[in-house]
Amino acid sequence: MEESDPRGPTRRRFLDYLLGTSVVATLSAILYPIFKFMVPPQVIEASTNSVSVGKNADIPANSGKIFKFGSKPGIIIRTQAGDLKAFSASCTHLDCIVQYSPEKKEIVCACHNGVYDLTGKNIGGPPPRPLEEYKVNVKGDDITVTRT
Amino acid sequence: MKKIDSLFLWLDERLGIQSIFKMAKKKEVPLHRHSIWYYFGGMTLFLFTVQVATGILLLLYYRPSAEGAFESVQFIITEVQFGWLIRSVHSWSANLLIAALFIHMFSVYFMSAYRAPREITWITGALLLFISIGFGFSGYLLPWNKLAFFATKVGTEIAGVVPIIGHPILRFLRGGDEVTGATLTRFFGFHVAVLPAIATVLIGTHVLLVQMHGMSVPPKIEETEEPKTMKFVPNFLLRDLIGWILAVGVLAALAAIFPWELGEKADAFASAPAGIKPEWYFLFMFQTLKYLPAKIFALDGEVLGILGFGLGGLFWVLVPFLNKTPGHGRRKLVFNVIGIFIVVFIIVMTIVGYVSS
Ligand code: HEM
Ligand code: FES
Repeated sequence: MEESDPRGPTRRRFLDYLLGTSVVATLSAILYPIFKFMVPPQVIEASTNSVSVGKNADIPANSGKIFKFGSKPGIIIRTQAGDLKAFSASCTHLDCIVQYSPEKKEIVCACHNGVYDLTGKNIGGPPPRPLEEYKVNVKGDDITVTRT
Repeated sequence: MKKIDSLFLWLDERLGIQSIFKMAKKKEVPLHRHSIWYYFGGMTLFLFTVQVATGILLLLYYRPSAEGAFESVQFIITEVQFGWLIRSVHSWSANLLIAALFIHMFSVYFMSAYRAPREITWITGALLLFISIGFGFSGYLLPWNKLAFFATKVGTEIAGVVPIIGHPILRFLRGGDEVTGATLTRFFGFHVAVLPAIATVLIGTHVLLVQMHGMSVPPKIEETEEPKTMKFVPNFLLRDLIGWILAVGVLAALAAIFPWELGEKADAFASAPAGIKPEWYFLFMFQTLKYLPAKIFALDGEVLGILGFGLGGLFWVLVPFLNKTPGHGRRKLVFNVIGIFIVVFIIVMTIVGYVSS
């Protein structure tokens, strides 16, 4: 009888094992590249540490302007007193882009009514953290913003 | 023998059409005071076919890229003959579909139609709910307007809040770290290929199971009476048909009176406009997240909220296994209360979401 033959089951087990591992190996060889393909490649950004955001006249007092800082938005604000301030414009709540409110003299986010003061501090609504502040340099008529 | 009869015989020998006819003839629908709810599954199915038909038409002109998407939809609604109609019907029908789906789902819930042997019918239905929500979320971005851009930013950011798996999911959905043209390409792929394929398999299974098991009769009625029945073909089907024709009328009216807006083109470097809101069926979750405090015991309120909704979804899928003896005593009461709580919660939060801001 097959069952009593000690070589039979062992050989069969060995073949089952071979078959099983090759099925698993084949499947992983197929699935691994598919999974990897779905993960978007990390785009290496030339790390911009400084951008030119315009001329003095582009940003009148009590106004704000969105600028491009690499792939992220930044906001530059001239306060009523004439000071220039720059922050990351990505709301720390859920990533919407903030704006300067000339009426309230605050930075607001329209998505869920987040509010930041003019030092970037989160003072109202859901945002959990302050906005990252950047350094503003004015050289003659040119305004540049630098990551600190 | 007439030509048509011999053609029928020829086909029957090869396809076994007779057996399908026999099955259709045998199918009956129970008649009782809750029979009206039996129409909503068919309504959802009908609206899905409307989506497929109008969606394929939109594909003739739509271009899935950050540079071309907005312009192509603009072209559809201004230049293409009846383009405004097709686009509005697709958008309105998507919303009516979700509404019909909700009605269908809650009616089978309250009638305990998920009890044995229909557990898998319920599970395929629950999965179809998630798929439909995926259709809505991915479709919303396709016109690449400001509202959609920020709604997608917020929606994917919420997914990213989940611990450990959140960030990989966010990058998978966005096709990178930010919402860009890469996100649009992905969402387009989900919307017109991945989701339709999955939906087709699920709908097929769902409907097949309904055929296999017949319509369920609520336990209370089953115990007290032997309900009368109505033939599915043609009696019930004709009533279905009246509903569908009404739906076509409603869709045409909505499309003509309230054409779907296009808004302004998305700009990744412009402030979010006021009034960013997701579609109404996301609003109750959105509103709930707003009410959670920033911190609940050292944990982010948002994280807790999302995990809560995740668990809620899991509960919903598993209902047939949690309530195995519906129709009897306390269990029945508990599940009715849970169901009513969910419905009231969704309605109240949706209304609050609309009224606030
Ligand atoms: C095979 C099925 C489908 C195809 C081929 C399809 C195709 C499309 C296309 C090409 C667009 C972009 C054009 C536009 O924005 O007007 C679109 C938009 C959209 N789709 Fe679909 N779709 C399908 C099914 C669905 C389903 C089942 C739903 C909802 C449950 C849905 C919901 C939406 C929504 C909400 C939009 C955005 C509408 C807008 O703002 O214009 N779609 N679809
Ligand atoms: S994303 Fe700014 S308040 Fe929510």
